[in-house]
Amino acid sequence: MNISEIETLTVDVVVIGGGTGGPLAAVTVKEKNPKLDVLVLEKANVKRSGAISMGMDGLNNAIIPGRATPEQYVKEITIANDGIVHQKAVLAYAERSYDMIRKLDDWGVHFQKDQTGDYDVKKVHHLGTYVLPMPEGHNVKKILYRRLRRNRVRVENRFQATRLLKDRNGRIAGVFAVNTRTSEPLLIRTKAVIMATGAAGRLGLPTSGYLYGTYENPTNVGDGHAMAYHAGADLANLECFQINPLLKDYNGPACAYVTGPLGGYTANAHGDRFIECDYWSGQMMLEFYRELEGGKGPVFLKVSHLAEETIEEIETILHTNERPSRGRFHASRGTNYREHMLEMHISEVGFCSGHSASGVWINERGETTVAGLYAAGDMASVPHSYMLGAFVYGQICGESAADYVSGVDLAEPDTDALDQELARVMRPRQLEDGIPPEQMEYKVRRLVNDYLQPPKITRKMEIGLERILQVKADLPRLSARDPHELLRALEVHSIVDCAEMAARASLFRKESRWGLYHYSIDYPERDDENWFCHSRLYKDDAGRMQTAKRPVDDYVVPLNDAERAAYSSLRISSGAQA
Amino acid sequence: MPLADHKTTVPVVVDDDKCIADKGCRVCIDVCPLDVLMINEVTGKAHMRYDECWYCMPCEKDCPTDAVTVNIPYLLS
Repeated sequence: MNISEIETLTVDVVVIGGGTGGPLAAVTVKEKNPKLDVLVLEKANVKRSGAISMGMDGLNNAIIPGRATPEQYVKEITIANDGIVHQKAVLAYAERSYDMIRKLDDWGVHFQKDQTGDYDVKKVHHLGTYVLPMPEGHNVKKILYRRLRRNRVRVENRFQATRLLKDRNGRIAGVFAVNTRTSEPLLIRTKAVIMATGAAGRLGLPTSGYLYGTYENPTNVGDGHAMAYHAGADLANLECFQINPLLKDYNGPACAYVTGPLGGYTANAHGDRFIECDYWSGQMMLEFYRELEGGKGPVFLKVSHLAEETIEEIETILHTNERPSRGRFHASRGTNYREHMLEMHISEVGFCSGHSASGVWINERGETTVAGLYAAGDMASVPHSYMLGAFVYGQICGESAADYVSGVDLAEPDTDALDQELARVMRPRQLEDGIPPEQMEYKVRRLVNDYLQPPKITRKMEIGLERILQVKADLPRLSARDPHELLRALEVHSIVDCAEMAARASLFRKESRWGLYHYSIDYPERDDENWFCHSRLYKDDAGRMQTAKRPVDDYVVPLNDAERAAYSSLRISSGAQA
Repeated sequence: MPLADHKTTVPVVVDDDKCIADKGCRVCIDVCPLDVLMINEVTGKAHMRYDECWYCMPCEKDCPTDAVTVNIPYLLS
């Protein structure tokens, strides 16, 4: 097959990923200009794709007038991220947060309200009040799907985007994709691309050893991170890993945001509290890690002291939303919330701005560093965005892309890059005697665990990088017997790219920051003098992976010294009891 | 390199008596994020072909005849 034989589509805007931010981006483009052709390309099926395939149990960052202000929220996120924040982008989210909640409410998403009909927000963060429960949040995907239909967005399910195509001037010109059921390639010519491919969640290996037992939906492998990198876009702060407190062996959150406002808490082996605040910050994870390693572990979620009706409420929320197989997991272990504390552990590492701060760099308009390329949600660099941030940045990207495409013509994809991509994508099906994708995936993810998991040690990470590069050299040996294995083989390419990025970004930042996320043994202190900056990771003109510094833009919401320190003292002072 | 057959249990179980895939239903196959459910060409019914499950449950929840059960994978159960 050569490129002239490939089926070709032409649209105005392609949205890659139909999970959370993607549908909002596509609907927003159509709302702004119904004449534009918008295509959502989805590796799974938009009905049940992405991080929220089974819905969500609450908003973690709702900024409701009267309960919180955008400025307070920007401060909280700045402090929780040790200051390394592009505040304008956080503020752009915060200012739209409430309007997005109202929009979702109008669309039929149910949020918890109090007896007077006001949104019933709860306090989980260290300083402000931002958590809005969604006890009926299991229907979110159905509501998004109806909006895609109503706005006549074109959807192509079971297509895996593999590379972004540019013209000779570096402008976005198209997307290369493969049908995951037939292995047939597809060339989409377009003026703009909005990426919403989610986290890089299949990077570390869960301690269970089960490749798909990841915290993130394992469809989210970092395809978008890899595609953006190969298109020459900047990525930011990749050393700020995502690491979450989960149930031991089960990949659901433990889940402080649901149980905390109802009286549950994180406890050590003695049943004592050891952290003041269960909000998932890097500092909180470091305290969690120290308790696990310091002889007072394991760490548990404690709800057994609560009233029967409260425990029933917790069970109903946790066993019907987001990760509903949780009830079965407990049943198979014989664990009952009434009698037992629930053992917790630390998740595998990944890249996910929803919970940490790493991803494809975007500004407050959702623009990456490549013209015509936008990114939203867990893959983009706006920190601690969660589901609502994905919706808001989907909307922002949709508006920006709609404006952008009205002023540009369709660009011509570079044919050399197209030829190369066709060869890369087809190779595993042509190679009969090769390495199965599962084996290579296991190998590289095991290396991530062995060499890159915090605490980070320079010599170990150097060895890890060397070994990851050996796996990278093996990529042309991947063999796929059928279209499904080709899907997995191409995902392994993305996983290997992300593993290399994780190693290089972690080696670059020579200090400790963000608690456990970048906890370095060789550089144990935070060093604001030299490292108060974002890290950049990008592909240079010679095709090499490079790292550099990006200055932190001037704050739009200044902090005072007392506020700066708020997240550095999360541990309950010794002797304190719950 | 020579290959071995690797035997593994899969967490999703389909009740063939209830499954109506042979009448054209594709709901569980359509909604699976990991694309690991397929038609068994001998029986015409749906089954899990690959042990690549997130035990997320759309297949079970969306099945019109309650034919699908999602179990926790043996490695973690």
